[in-house]
Amino acid sequence: MNLRMAQNQTKSGVSLIMPGQVTQACWSCGSMRAAHFCSACGKVQPPVPADYFLFFGLPRKLNLDVAALEKEFYELSRHLHPDSHAKTDPQEQEWSLQKSSQLNDAYRTLKDPIARTEYLLKLEGVPLKEQSKQASEQARATGTLKQQVVPPDLLEEVFELNLQLEELRTSEKTGASDPDLVQELEKHKAHFEERYEALLRELSKHWDHWDALLTRQQQGHAVSNEDRVKLRNKMVDLLNRRSYVRNLLRDVSEALEG
Amino acid sequence: MANERVVGIDLGTTNSLVAFMEGETPIVIPGEDGSNLLPSVVALDEKGPLLVGNAARQYLIETADRAVYSIKRLMGRGIEDIQEELKLFPFRLAEDLQPGEVLRIRLGDKTFTPPEISAFILRQLKRNAERYFSGPVTQAVITVPAYFNDAQRQATKDAGRIAGLEVLRLVNEPTAAALAYGLDKKKSGIVAVYDLGGGTFDISILRLHDGIFEVIATNGDTHLGGDDIDNLLITIALHDIQGDLGVDVRRNAEAVQAIRKAVIEAKIHLSVHTSAMLDVELPGGKRYEREITRAQYEELIQPVLDRTVGPCKQAMKDANLTPDQIDEVVLVGGSTRIPKVRALVEQFFQRQPHTGLNPDEVVALGAAVQANILSGRSEATENMLLLDVTPLSLGIEALGGVVAKIIHRNSTIPASATEHFTTGVEGQTNVAIHVLQGERELAQDCRSLARFDLKGIPPMPAGLPRIEVKFLIDANGILHVSAREQRSGKEAEIAVQPSYGLTDEQVESMILESFDYAEEDFRQRQIIEARNEAGTILAALEKGRKGAAWDTLTSGERKQIGQLEKALLAVNDGDDYQAIRQAIDALNQGTMRLAELMMDGAVATALKGKTMEQADLGEGPAAPHPVAKAEFE
Repeated sequence: MNLRMAQNQTKSGVSLIMPGQVTQACWSCGSMRAAHFCSACGKVQPPVPADYFLFFGLPRKLNLDVAALEKEFYELSRHLHPDSHAKTDPQEQEWSLQKSSQLNDAYRTLKDPIARTEYLLKLEGVPLKEQSKQASEQARATGTLKQQVVPPDLLEEVFELNLQLEELRTSEKTGASDPDLVQELEKHKAHFEERYEALLRELSKHWDHWDALLTRQQQGHAVSNEDRVKLRNKMVDLLNRRSYVRNLLRDVSEALEG
Repeated sequence: MANERVVGIDLGTTNSLVAFMEGETPIVIPGEDGSNLLPSVVALDEKGPLLVGNAARQYLIETADRAVYSIKRLMGRGIEDIQEELKLFPFRLAEDLQPGEVLRIRLGDKTFTPPEISAFILRQLKRNAERYFSGPVTQAVITVPAYFNDAQRQATKDAGRIAGLEVLRLVNEPTAAALAYGLDKKKSGIVAVYDLGGGTFDISILRLHDGIFEVIATNGDTHLGGDDIDNLLITIALHDIQGDLGVDVRRNAEAVQAIRKAVIEAKIHLSVHTSAMLDVELPGGKRYEREITRAQYEELIQPVLDRTVGPCKQAMKDANLTPDQIDEVVLVGGSTRIPKVRALVEQFFQRQPHTGLNPDEVVALGAAVQANILSGRSEATENMLLLDVTPLSLGIEALGGVVAKIIHRNSTIPASATEHFTTGVEGQTNVAIHVLQGERELAQDCRSLARFDLKGIPPMPAGLPRIEVKFLIDANGILHVSAREQRSGKEAEIAVQPSYGLTDEQVESMILESFDYAEEDFRQRQIIEARNEAGTILAALEKGRKGAAWDTLTSGERKQIGQLEKALLAVNDGDDYQAIRQAIDALNQGTMRLAELMMDGAVATALKGKTMEQADLGEGPAAPHPVAKAEFE
């Protein structure tokens, strides 16, 4: 189903590139450097469509050696950045611009585990619900209901929290302060912070599952589509909860800071 | 082109500089007057010549309607953005200005856009560099405030083009300062650059490691600087003058400029002394005097300085750092000489700022370093790599006037984002897109960059076309847009209408117009050069008269030389350089034999055909300047 994934190299050193498949990576070590610049003369090569994982010659795994990624980013930057090609012909300058923007976009996305997960799910064709601040602002501005499902287990607490937030805002407008209310909110905040951490821990467990699944597949084991879909859906759910809790935390912090 | 020199230019609100990397060290190239700083003042003389720098400064006080300063504040801005500036700065806008049009400023009876005025400053710097190198300079790196938006950057690039400079890169000022500061490659760690200049404030946090200068976060205010302090002091003086002396000079531009000059001097004095005297002679013979103590001054400027704290906090938050994680704080910009500014920085970052650099020059020096990197590097810059960020988020207007952010602030540039659009009505062939820059959620609160139409979409049922639009911010921080309809594979045509800015055609016609001034400059320069040459030959002749060779000439020859000399003297003070040249040539011809006689016999044969000028073997007066001949296309 996901043939592109097979382009990448496995840890065991067995290349899974199939005949007829085009890849720019070195067949042996999986490095994508050859696709980016000539090792002999340093000239930037024309951009090729590549997803962010492929750009770095990485498998679509969710656990990633960020230190190694950073090192490769700096190394590639030295070769691809427009500053190193300011006096070359316009064609190479254009390629350098395209390539280095691709590099920066890829690095920015992959270095952050949440952005990385969201990106992978997008590659897998999963639509993510917009849970960002932007969506809430949009909802506020247009008066439409935000498309956001409150996780059922949080429903009660969120309801209470929102009431208190409203109360705090009203009391601030009148200039009165209510230490009890603030204390109550601080308590909620601490609780949601705990939740947030727990969600991250749970999410990281799923990263391990995903990567294990991928490894099994690469080793030639059959992986049922059902397992993949289940895992994907679980991660989508966790991401949504995470951003929901994050937004709550932000609202509480903003309200407490006045 | 044989000559590939790339200079670094700091195009400042108050002063501008040009620098170059001489060997492994960046140096500032001085102007004709020997000064490293060129005041960013432009004046148009009644007789036509355009003046820049110190020469133009005098006009501010004498004929204020013929001079303009702090033009950087108007770069890339629309009339609705500058209402506050207009209250405080004597910018005289053209009366026939249409809404949405690029601003035009009156200088005497002519009008110029801010990029054209900046181009006059750039052209002067270009000339200074050309004199220094005795050769043409056509490529430059120009610095801009890190917090400049797309329109302000584009306007700066346009100014370069109008001045005849290919702008190889726009570099953020605090980043340039870091480059100069960290040229010593051993430097590593987290550096904060606090840059408070004449009109702009920037704060940038950088990580230096292995020759890489990586900007982590930047913030600022493009309308905050020393100008604001001056305006506070001017307001007080005007108020005093009205109250104590009963004179209202607010409408008297020359008097206001005289006050401005006095308060700037007082401000500078107060950075070293504990009190300063304001002493201004007013029209009508009255005199305004007032003492300002450092304590009064500091209390007065505190609100201005406090405005730098918000951006500092935001930058630290975006960088995800606390002050104790900062290894070094670098001060840039003339306003950081104010002790109170230093105290504020010290308090915020909890460490003593680094003051080893000249805050006026460090940005230009850094621009020279970047120019060196772009022109192929040297030993000192071999390993250096600059990774800068975009200061503002880029977004597109979505349903309900909300901004959907597609590239977030502090993203390393070049950066790109791809968005997909479709149609809402069957057979629709156009889609309108509105691009904005800023952090606010609603389009009306962000800076409009451009509106454009995707045209030529093949007619299809609503929602079926899939138009891919790619937004790319280049290494200058300038946006590029391209689009493609994916189902038909057709390149959609984009006509980008910048919300504020010059079109390509306008820039082209300005380049042509600027040649008029270039011609005038060329003429002025020819006159100076011809006069210098005339001086040389006249001095040589004077010397010849005293020697023995003179006596061996026939009386007819002596008479003829006397007439030719008179003819040269007659035109030498005029403005017709060609007449001066002709008179020089004639005198040279007429003194040919004298020149020969002045040599000793053997040398004379070898020098046959040489002129008076050349026969004067280096003993005559030296030319005032080793003036390089101008090379104009």
